[in-house]
Amino acid sequence: MREPTASEYSAETAPQLTPEVALANLQSSDLSLRYYAAWWLGKFRVRRPDVINALIAALEDEADRTEMGGYPLRRNAARALGKLGDNTAIPGLIKCLECPDFYVREAAAQSLQKLREKTAAPALMKMLAGGVAEAVQVPGRPHLNQPYEAVIEALGAIGATEAISLISPFLEHEVPGVNCAAARAMYQLTQDPIYGERLVKMLSSEDLKLRRLVLGDLGAIGYIGAAEAIASTKAENSFKLMALKGLLEHQLTPESEALSVSDHAIQVMNLMDSLL
Amino acid sequence: MTDELIRAVALADTPEKMVAAVKNLAAVPDVAAIPTLIAVFGYNNPTAATVAVAALTAMGAIAVPQLLSLDDYNYGARAYSIRTLAAIGDPRALDVLITAAATDFAPSVRRAAAQGLGNLDWHQLNSPQRETALKKALETLLLISQDSEWSIRYAAVVGLQALAQIPDLQPPIHTRLQQMLTTDDEKAIRARVQLAIS
Repeated sequence: MREPTASEYSAETAPQLTPEVALANLQSSDLSLRYYAAWWLGKFRVRRPDVINALIAALEDEADRTEMGGYPLRRNAARALGKLGDNTAIPGLIKCLECPDFYVREAAAQSLQKLREKTAAPALMKMLAGGVAEAVQVPGRPHLNQPYEAVIEALGAIGATEAISLISPFLEHEVPGVNCAAARAMYQLTQDPIYGERLVKMLSSEDLKLRRLVLGDLGAIGYIGAAEAIASTKAENSFKLMALKGLLEHQLTPESEALSVSDHAIQVMNLMDSLL
Repeated sequence: MTDELIRAVALADTPEKMVAAVKNLAAVPDVAAIPTLIAVFGYNNPTAATVAVAALTAMGAIAVPQLLSLDDYNYGARAYSIRTLAAIGDPRALDVLITAAATDFAPSVRRAAAQGLGNLDWHQLNSPQRETALKKALETLLLISQDSEWSIRYAAVVGLQALAQIPDLQPPIHTRLQQMLTTDDEKAIRARVQLAIS
């Protein structure tokens, strides 16, 4: 069973909520209303202390269970808390990294990445224990035993240099998403272009989905050496523009905004213009 | 000769054969090829479509009337048509570009149209059509420069920068760009504005 994701809700079919109704719905006896409300509060960025607290409480929900033992409401609450960017959610999210539900762990790691929370590093590193040898597919499930991609990306994003030796073996992992995440994190932690180039090389993969994924990674790390390769890879312009925007943002410092834009920034913008 | 080349496009049953057939057709500058080249936009073959865009752009004004009837059901095809019209720069495309920039649901179509609105060959119009057309293009770009999607605002800045070559339009464009420089919350947009006014 694949769980429904936020993208399946469209604005037309969704019930009209207000922050108050969504907050109340988190306690509804109708579990699907709870699930939807948690997604809605994140989607519409309702940054209110009462909302944050209710979502943190929902990280411990026991009522909403799937037949496989998953916790749908916890998943959506964890995702929403990442979007709301409030640090009070951090202890609850770190605790979620030990949840038996893979998707809760994945959502928590993704949200901790968004929150750039350095104190999450030890708990995240624990999830890489056992290394590549233990990073195998769970029989009968569409995922590995840990959300390695999200965990490694989070460690890179929070600057956990102490995790470098744990992460580097994953550069050889057979799942492309995992080894891309490793290259991405290694670049962020070392700034060594060799890892940026690894990603650039993957832009010539035959697999469009992988090329899109790599574009996202290059945008996230802002590796300037990838600019031309991004513009000429075979993918939709929207994905390329998003990646180049990431490169551009890495070229812009608060100081540069006051003065004129750098040559690198202009190079990236010229490429973006050509993709309109 | 052209008939045969057109037939080869219709018969191409692999992406590679399609690209080869379109290249062959594109090599003969024959107006009879126009409908086929436009149809290629709908085949979900980016390499072939890029070849067709270049061929139609090279044909220029003569391809414009047929390019103006857009594929309402395929936004990928629409984006290629709009990009071609933008590259040709024939002002007959004005209304189509305005509608696409302001109301299309597909960002790729809107971005191409916004860029194109800055680049029409206004000299082909006589006064007062010229003044009316410029005013409409400017209004549309100012409107979409407030869009919630960053890439639309980015394309609007590119369109406005090109339109600012018309001396009469410089004051309102400059005012709007200065506004964006202080209020836009995306630093990528502010950087593009800086480049536009530098």
